[in-house]
Order: sequence, then structure tokens, then C-alpha cells
Amino acid sequence: MEEQIAKRRWVSVVGILAAISLLGTVIMGLWVTPDDAVQGAVVRLVYIHPPMAWVALYLAFGLSAVASLLYLWPRTRNDRWDALAASAVEVGVVFNGLTLLTGAIWGRDTWGVWWTWDARLTSTAILLLLFLGYMAIRRIPADPEIRARRCAIMAIFAFVDVPIVHFSVLWWQTLHQSATVLNAKLHPTIHGSMAWTLLLGFVAFTLLFVWMVALRFAIEKRQASQARSELDEAIRERRAETSEQSAS
Amino acid sequence: MFRDALLVAKKDLRIELRSRVLLGQVLPFAVACLLLFALALGPDRDFLRRAAPGVLWITMLFAAVLAAQRSAGVEDDDGARDRLILSGLDPAGIFLGKALAVTLQLLALALVLTAGTIVLFGATPSSWWPLAVAEILASLGLGFTSVLYGSLAEGTKLRETLLPLLSLPTVAPILIAGTKVYAASLSGAGVPAAWLGLLAVFTLAYGAVGVLLSGALQET
Repeated sequence: MEEQIAKRRWVSVVGILAAISLLGTVIMGLWVTPDDAVQGAVVRLVYIHPPMAWVALYLAFGLSAVASLLYLWPRTRNDRWDALAASAVEVGVVFNGLTLLTGAIWGRDTWGVWWTWDARLTSTAILLLLFLGYMAIRRIPADPEIRARRCAIMAIFAFVDVPIVHFSVLWWQTLHQSATVLNAKLHPTIHGSMAWTLLLGFVAFTLLFVWMVALRFAIEKRQASQARSELDEAIRERRAETSEQSAS
Repeated sequence: MFRDALLVAKKDLRIELRSRVLLGQVLPFAVACLLLFALALGPDRDFLRRAAPGVLWITMLFAAVLAAQRSAGVEDDDGARDRLILSGLDPAGIFLGKALAVTLQLLALALVLTAGTIVLFGATPSSWWPLAVAEILASLGLGFTSVLYGSLAEGTKLRETLLPLLSLPTVAPILIAGTKVYAASLSGAGVPAAWLGLLAVFTLAYGAVGVLLSGALQET
């Protein structure tokens, strides 16, 4: 019980920190940082769009792949890894969708179109489809162990596919600007209050991701526990019926 | 492992030879796709020639989904899957054997489709061997993914709708690389080594993952 309370407290602390840092990002992004010389006010999307992509493409996907590998490895097999992978994927889908949405809004203003067949847009859309495939497998009614194994395998397939998809569409066509912070030369092309706001955005969305995954993980555990108790209850009722019939 | 793979491949090919699903259903479907694409794109010969590489590969992917359905389907009936597991064959051998059977069927299909794009779309390659290598690599890659996703969807009542959702986004690199190689072969732009390399990496990655996870796949 004490452990549960400590866990809930930890999740609440992360949630509060996420809310504070998000509020800070909004204030800094809307009122403190300047407009861009070329793009104007729309550049403020930089404080939320890359952090969302970071959460969806790296954190969520990476976490689901690692948790799936740990589930499949016999020595570390535990239902918790499956629940963690599923939680990360669900949150990842939300952020993946938001990345595409904010990217489309930004693209409309800077490139003049909502969508273009650029490498990053295309690979992000394919990633969303892979995530949706994972969720489709998860929704198929099956024994929890079989379902967990199917999902873990799917997550690993997707993990293998992502770099290949990325490079194929990168060679195919690229219009998107190169990374602002984690570029090939590791030399950030953003400075001053804009750089600090972007950094705060990354921290805020990472905390938000951790909070959402923790909540989703708790729900997943409760659902599994409820399914188990319902099954136990059904077995008890059936046994009671059988003993009543044999007594009469 | 390889002996088991040959046994399983022979079994699947024998089933195909007797049931003629590829010949009677998949092949006519693929040819229908070529015709319908041509109708949709219009009679402009030059435009059709430029669109041919994409049409060939998208048709291949559709056909691969059908092949995956079929490969999983033959194990669904009469508890065949349980018997295959109980036969004591190496899971990696089963995976490779099933993939080899699908690959050979897709290669046969690729030959017919290439002939179809040449005849219907006027897309005759100026150099043949890059396209031939691409078709071999892509068929092998599609064979691996078909068996992997087919095994995942096996035994579920939603296989028909689930498989396209799972496999089509995954094989996007094959579509891109295959189309680029065919387009380069058409224009005589030299050997598209990078695209052939990408196809090889895709095929190797899925082959390796399939062999490594074959035991876990069997238990799903």
C-alpha cells in the first residue's frame, strides 16, 4: 500500500513539473522570444513541433522497442514490460499525430502547402501507420500472453523498419530543413532566448511523456487485474453451480 | 535448419502446385491491377512509361499481401500449424522454408509483371541486370515480411484486414528502392548501387529478425 502511495506521489510530482514547464514554454514562446526575420510569428511552432517529434519518434518508439525486447528475452520476461511498451505506443501515437498536425500548419505557412512528399514527413506518416498496426494487433482478442508476444514482435519489426524507411525516403526526396540542434555537425543553429525556450520545450514534453506513460501504465495494470479478478469470479460461480448441482 | 527449410518450401510449393492459387487468383489479380492503373493514368504513352516502375512495384506489394494471406492460410486449416510445430522441425527452418516458397512465387509473378509493364506501358529497360537483381532481392524481402506478418496474424479472425495494415507500411522501402532501380534501368542512368544496397539491407534485416524471432513467432 505504501509503495502504491509512493508511486502515485512520484507520478503526481512529474505531472506538476510537466505542467509548470509547459506553462513556461508557452509564456516564453509567445511573449518573450522574438519573431523570426523570415518566417515571422509562425516560427514559434519550433518550441513545440521538434519536442513533440522527439517524444513520438525517439522516446515512445525507443521505449516500446526496449520494453518489447525485455519482454521477449526469457530471463527478463514480465507482464510489466508488455504494459510499458503498449503505454509508450499509445502515447507515441498521440504525439506522432500532433507532430504531423503542427508540421502541416508550419508547412502551410512556410512552403505554401499542407503536405509535401518530404523525407521526414513521409517517414513520420509511415511510423504512425506502424504504430497503428501495433495497436490493431493489441485489440485482437487473445490470451494475454499470446497478445503480449505478438505485440512485442510487432514492435521489434517496426524498430528494424524505421531506420530503413528513414534512409529510403531521405534519399528519395528532402525539402525539410536539417535538424536545428542535433544536426550532423552537432552545432546548434538557434541561440539566445529562442534556444532556451526550445530546450525548455524538450524538457516539458519529455516530462509530459513520462507522466502520460505512467498513467497509461497504471490503467493497463488495473485492466489486467480486473480481467483476472473477473475470470476468478466466473470460475468461482461455475464451481458453486457445479457443487450445488451435485449436492441436489 | 536449411534441410528443414527445403522440406517446408517443397511442402508449400507442392500445395501451390495442386491448388493453383497463384496461377488462378493472384496472377489474374496482378494483371487486372496493371490494366486498371493504365486505365486510370490515361493513354499518354510517355506518361505511362514514366509511371510503369511505380505501377509494377505497387502491384507487387498488393500481390505480396495476397501471398502472405495464402502462406498463413495453409497453416490455419485442419490444425496444420500445430502439426508443423509438433513435427520437431527447427522454427528457423520453418520460417526460411515458408519465406523461400513465397519468394519463388513472387519471383514468377515479378517476371510476368515486368513483361506486362513492357507490353502495356512500353517500359523496356535499357539495362536488365539491375532490375533483375532488384526483383530477386525484393522478392526475398517480401517473402520474409509476408511470412513474419502472416505468422503474426495467423489464427486471428481478422487476418484479411489486419495483414495489409501491418505489412504495407513496412515494405515502403521496397516500393521506393524498386521503383528507383526500374526508373534508372529505363533511363540508362547507370547502376543504382545505393538503392540495390538498401534492398539488400532490408532483406538481410528482416531475414535476420525472422530467424532470431522464429521461436517466439511459433508460439503466438
